[in-house]
Amino acid sequence: MYGKGLRPLSIATVVGIAAALLLVFFYAPLDADQGFIQKIFYLHVPLAITALVGFILGGAFAIAHLRSGNRKWDAYSYVAIHMSVIFGVAVLITGSIWAKASWGHWWVWDEPTLVSFLIVFLMYATYYPFRYAIEDPERQARYASVFAVTAGAFVPLNFMAVRMAQSLVHPRVFATANGGLPGSMMFTFLVCLAATALLWVTLVKLELTAKSASGQLKRLRRALDAPAPGASGSRIAPEVG
Amino acid sequence: MTASRIAYMTILAKDLRAELRTLQSLPAMALFATTTFVIFRFGLDRTQLSGSLAAGVLWATLLFAALLGVNRLFVAEREEGGFDAIRLAPIDRSALFAAKATALFAYLAVLELVVVPIFALFFLGSAAALGPLVAVLLLADLGIAATGTLISSMAVHSRARDLLGPLVLLPLVVPLMIAATGASEPLLAAGGPGYHRFGGWLAVLSLYDLIFLLLGWAVFDFLLED
Repeated sequence: MYGKGLRPLSIATVVGIAAALLLVFFYAPLDADQGFIQKIFYLHVPLAITALVGFILGGAFAIAHLRSGNRKWDAYSYVAIHMSVIFGVAVLITGSIWAKASWGHWWVWDEPTLVSFLIVFLMYATYYPFRYAIEDPERQARYASVFAVTAGAFVPLNFMAVRMAQSLVHPRVFATANGGLPGSMMFTFLVCLAATALLWVTLVKLELTAKSASGQLKRLRRALDAPAPGASGSRIAPEVG
Repeated sequence: MTASRIAYMTILAKDLRAELRTLQSLPAMALFATTTFVIFRFGLDRTQLSGSLAAGVLWATLLFAALLGVNRLFVAEREEGGFDAIRLAPIDRSALFAAKATALFAYLAVLELVVVPIFALFFLGSAAALGPLVAVLLLADLGIAATGTLISSMAVHSRARDLLGPLVLLPLVVPLMIAATGASEPLLAAGGPGYHRFGGWLAVLSLYDLIFLLLGWAVFDFLLED
């Protein structure tokens, strides 16, 4: 039931990513300062923004779950967080590569956005052990939602605290916000952001579809495996209906 | 007095009395913290600490000692059927959150009353920083009490409860620790207490406390539903 629209969405994603890559390599100008390596910006920053928005969306879905009690929202929340954690791994790897190329170290503590992202990532990485340590499925869904809401509130607080912990005199090496970007770079960046967001939505939809399909399969299996009415000796009377 | 207020007072009094009679958490927390100071003495190979090093040692120790208390917070409720009793009673469930958070806050305050003077005795040249440090300690305690109660109440229902509480709580209190160490660092500086960005850090601590107290209060109902 989640599968509807998956095909056009996938096609749009492929087209979007292809367009984004073409723009990155053939349209956007080379950065005067950093040269070719700056192109990783078009991958790293959209991934980071998508992952963060995904975490916040996970929190919003969790609120919907807690308010309505509908388990569908818990599945949405879980898949949103799951996909954002995967994107988060990519953010940390691309950030690390960028740091190595432009500062000579695989990890730098001076870049508050990257450090904040690491802490957010570590927070959400505990979502899995937390969720799967709770056995009762109904309780699991509820507690996971409370976790998602709590972590969602934690994200902006964490960014604030980390930014404040940087000494004020330290110069920002480059603006991760869109402050000083020339028009052509800005346009490329926005296309990349849209393509990455599309990829996220497609993957979320795909996982939801797979989850719902495997759930249906499990239900069908159980129905098949159940002893036919009247066949089992232990039953006193055959079930009605 | 409203019914919730009575429930809150009753649960809190029960918790404090139980702790006073069994002494399950507090002595262990204090002993743990003191031993950790000794380990830092050798691990860092310093007999005097100041500035960021002093703030780091103090807060890392207090946080890990607090985790011991957090882990124990709901164990009795779970094992002796306290949760069922609360669910049966016609009271606001948030009263349990408020009472447990207050109890944890009280444990932390008592812990620091014992352990912070020991820290000063071990590592600090003077006790001048301890006065303003109280404000930082109290605000950070409030944050740990709010998040600790929330996480502990969930972790206690899981398979790996002793593992899960610290696992989830540690990243959650990172912003709180950033602010607490940020405020403590100039206070513990070698040349006497300084107040560099003290107000800003206290504001971050207060904001953290406010957000997670409200959040805990709001979501706690969902944790007791069954």
